[in-house]
Amino acid sequence: MSGMEQPGIIRRRLLLGVPLVLLAAAGGGWAMMLERMQQGEFDPHSLPSQLIGRRVPDFTLPGLTGAGFTGADLQNPKQPMLVNFFASWCVPCLQEAGVLGEIAKGGLPIWGIAYKDAPDATRAFLAQNGNPYARIAMDRPGRVAINWGVYGVPETYFIDGGGIVRWRYAGALTDAVVQRDLAPLLARAEKSAS
Amino acid sequence: MRNNQRARPFAGHRKNLRSLGLLLLCLMVSIGTARAVSDPTELLANPAQEARAEAIGQQLRCLVCQNESIEDSSADLARDIRTIIRQQVVAGRSNQQIIGYMVQRYGTFILLKPPFNGLTALLWGTPVIALLLGLGIAFGAHWQRRRRPQPGPAPLSEAERVRLESLLRS
Amino acid sequence: MIPELGHFAIALACVIAAAQAVLPIWGAHRHDARLIAAAPALALGQFMAVGFSFLALVWSGVVSDFSVMNVAEYSSALTPLIYKITGTWGNHEGSILLWCLILSLCGAAIAVFGRGLPSALRARVIGVLGAVACGFLLFTLTASNPFNRVWPPPPDGQGVNPLLQDPGLAFHPPILYCGYVGFSIAFAFAVASLLEGRVDAAWGRWVRPWTLAAWCFLTCGIALGSWWSYYELGWGGYWFWDPVENASLLPWLTGTALLHSAIVVEKREALKIWSVLLAITTFSLSLSGTFLVRSGLLNSVHAFANDPTRGIFILALLGIVIGGSLLLFAIRAPVLVPAGIFAPISREGALVLNNILLCSIMAVVLVGTMYPPFVQLIVGQQISVGPPFFDSTAIPLAAPVMAAMGLGPVLSWKRAALAPALIRLWWAALAAFVLTAVTFHGLGGVAAVGFGFALWMVLSPAAELVERSRLFRVPLRASWSRLRLLPRASYGAAIGHAGLGVSVAGMVGMTLAVHTIQLVHPGETVTTGGFDWTLVSLRDQPGPDYVARVATLRVTDARSGAPVAVMHPARRAFPLQQQTTTDVSIKTNGLRDLYVAMGDERDGGVVLRIHVNPLAPWIWFGALIMALGGALSLSDRRLRIGAPIRLARRAAGVSVPAAAE
Repeated sequence: MSGMEQPGIIRRRLLLGVPLVLLAAAGGGWAMMLERMQQGEFDPHSLPSQLIGRRVPDFTLPGLTGAGFTGADLQNPKQPMLVNFFASWCVPCLQEAGVLGEIAKGGLPIWGIAYKDAPDATRAFLAQNGNPYARIAMDRPGRVAINWGVYGVPETYFIDGGGIVRWRYAGALTDAVVQRDLAPLLARAEKSAS
Repeated sequence: MRNNQRARPFAGHRKNLRSLGLLLLCLMVSIGTARAVSDPTELLANPAQEARAEAIGQQLRCLVCQNESIEDSSADLARDIRTIIRQQVVAGRSNQQIIGYMVQRYGTFILLKPPFNGLTALLWGTPVIALLLGLGIAFGAHWQRRRRPQPGPAPLSEAERVRLESLLRS
Repeated sequence: MIPELGHFAIALACVIAAAQAVLPIWGAHRHDARLIAAAPALALGQFMAVGFSFLALVWSGVVSDFSVMNVAEYSSALTPLIYKITGTWGNHEGSILLWCLILSLCGAAIAVFGRGLPSALRARVIGVLGAVACGFLLFTLTASNPFNRVWPPPPDGQGVNPLLQDPGLAFHPPILYCGYVGFSIAFAFAVASLLEGRVDAAWGRWVRPWTLAAWCFLTCGIALGSWWSYYELGWGGYWFWDPVENASLLPWLTGTALLHSAIVVEKREALKIWSVLLAITTFSLSLSGTFLVRSGLLNSVHAFANDPTRGIFILALLGIVIGGSLLLFAIRAPVLVPAGIFAPISREGALVLNNILLCSIMAVVLVGTMYPPFVQLIVGQQISVGPPFFDSTAIPLAAPVMAAMGLGPVLSWKRAALAPALIRLWWAALAAFVLTAVTFHGLGGVAAVGFGFALWMVLSPAAELVERSRLFRVPLRASWSRLRLLPRASYGAAIGHAGLGVSVAGMVGMTLAVHTIQLVHPGETVTTGGFDWTLVSLRDQPGPDYVARVATLRVTDARSGAPVAVMHPARRAFPLQQQTTTDVSIKTNGLRDLYVAMGDERDGGVVLRIHVNPLAPWIWFGALIMALGGALSLSDRRLRIGAPIRLARRAAGVSVPAAAE
């Protein structure tokens, strides 16, 4: 009888151990998530951009004074560049103004799109916080932003020399993010250009 | 007195100040305000079209608040998307086309109902898997019990056997 | 001074809890009567220490001591007194302290009310509770101290979150936590029995009242949260399958399964391994839920402290408590041999089916909630799982539960014949079918079927009671005396099941709700849902720490013109927190809710969202009935009798109807 029961007991013990195994897997997963959250690599609230690996959609937007720019300008850029969606009413945009200024001074052109902003407010914002933008467009209705897949401000897109979007950052840029994400992309873009 | 560093609840999320700002905006505006008490001029006059637009909106996630549908949310972005949906409904586009339009811009994350593909097969299969597993374990235990031969009564000792015979004879 | 004492009390409680964890279990292992006897005293001591600490925090809030950082961040001088008190648990640190308080209360309750338990078992149970409490108190001391000071103290605090200045949400945490933490007792019983190596009928009898109490609280807590979401958030719904909502539903599902499983352990000494596993799982889900909502891993509108560093500590605590108990389970569970066998068609079989279905629903909700973060971790893709998924998977699993709920109680133990049982319920089934058929055209297929199920769930317990009293088959006097002599637990169960039916009816009614959004100027009338809504006035109204803008609406019946209600939806602006909340106005007559929310004002008018929600109050009324049924069962004397010795003292000759349940 004991010989007959052996496989039964082993199977039973294995079955009873399953909850523990599941817990270990779940616990391991959670631990990894927490660790990566602290390092900034894992964000359950962030959204990947649908434009990565593609060109920007077609559009035409007015500027602060006179003409702004169009999608064609970004689809065939002369060099790698950043496009930054911002607004005067957006608090984190204030915080990233300094970082944007540094980037612009470093030689990377930044084109700005003001999202749902009145021209006077935008002008005042730029006067107060500096203007890092080589060119500015006004998206007052906010439809162009929706076509880009923008879901809040500020958002920054990196477009390489070939006109392909390579990176999207949602939130206020910081030096750490620039170092970690943008610098390698820039290096790669420059290498492929040369 | 110790001057402890203020433990800011969101201290770990400096990079996500924007999402914090958006979340607070949502909490301020949407949680307090009624379900998208939106501008009635944006509602369609035709009730059938309005119902269709609402049904589509119910399937889309508000990306700002992320845990409301765009019909429920009072965020600006949700409002814009609601307007786009209604414009397209009036223009005669099908539900699939409109939802495809949104997915093209925001990815499948905007769908509240996860699509059925290789990645989500396990998710959608959970009810069946769980049920089969449970029934399997229950029936397995039942059959194992039935297969195990029931132990009969222990054999009688000599004294018990004598007593049994005397009882049977009397 | 008081905050320092409170801080010290936590440390003291932590030490006592450590002793409580080690000494009684060691004593039970070595059969040392003195150590075993120390257990209740230690539990009571821990409770007093944590209780003092909690009172110290409440006191700090009441006197607005802004040198305490917790008070400075989450309270203010202008807050009304009641919300200064309830705001104590309206933030992370305070709510963790509330957890610790209720945990220590559980230990104290066992010490005081568990005198009928064998002393060794009681010592082990108190020991396990002490271990869990020690972990939480350690967490409170090191990572979540509510008594941290800020110097110099600010002149005023940052104010209680306006959303929390509401009676429903103010009392939601304590009730919910009594449920969550209350299941720690069942957990402790499970671990204690694994340590002892024995689960018998008495275990089933002892576990049930504690599980039932926790279940009642959890039911009320979830219902309160859902009701708050309905009347405060103003989105017109009551359940979004939000991750935090799901986190509260998961232990409820397994807790319900445990409640029913324990009956089988008690009556038939079967399903032992199931029940022990369910007890461990339920509390594990409570703990995991606590971790998840505070970790920032979940996408939810509930703004808890999203601090990953705290998350690591809780994760470690979870790992030790849950991992340890599951390891013990894996090692010791084979010792638990079932004594009773049963056929698949029997009361036990129905309860096994109930367990399987409830656990399947739990699996679906758990997987749905955890799938997005895990997929993002492993594959790097973002997927979204929202209400449509849960509705389409959980409801089809719930339907068999609802159908079987009526059938289970009339099946007999060990082996039952299905046909005679079904025949006993014939009139309940007939009534349900008739209702479905009658409402099919008018209300639509889904609502009709839903109402049919609801009626079935209400009438089948009644049919069972009728059956037990042998109504119309014996003289009426005999029926009456039979009914009177039925144990209270039978009534409790019947009422509990019927309560769920009432809730389901409410949910089905909500699917028939009507609404509209209109810009209304004073003097104008809107007609919807069979009522005329006239905006009478718009005016300002100051409050203690807010300024309100109030609209007055007169509602009359559209056909007869008879006055129905006067409603005052409002919007409140809180200058200190710079937040605006909406005060939704709801008027109910028990059968339908009139629901109005104010939006923006424009051109002298205001945008109003108007709902007519049929049967909405039944959702929460049904939950209350369920909890009352549970409470009635709790009051049954049989559940409070612990050791078999006392049963023998009952006077002979008093006939008790055969315990057919």
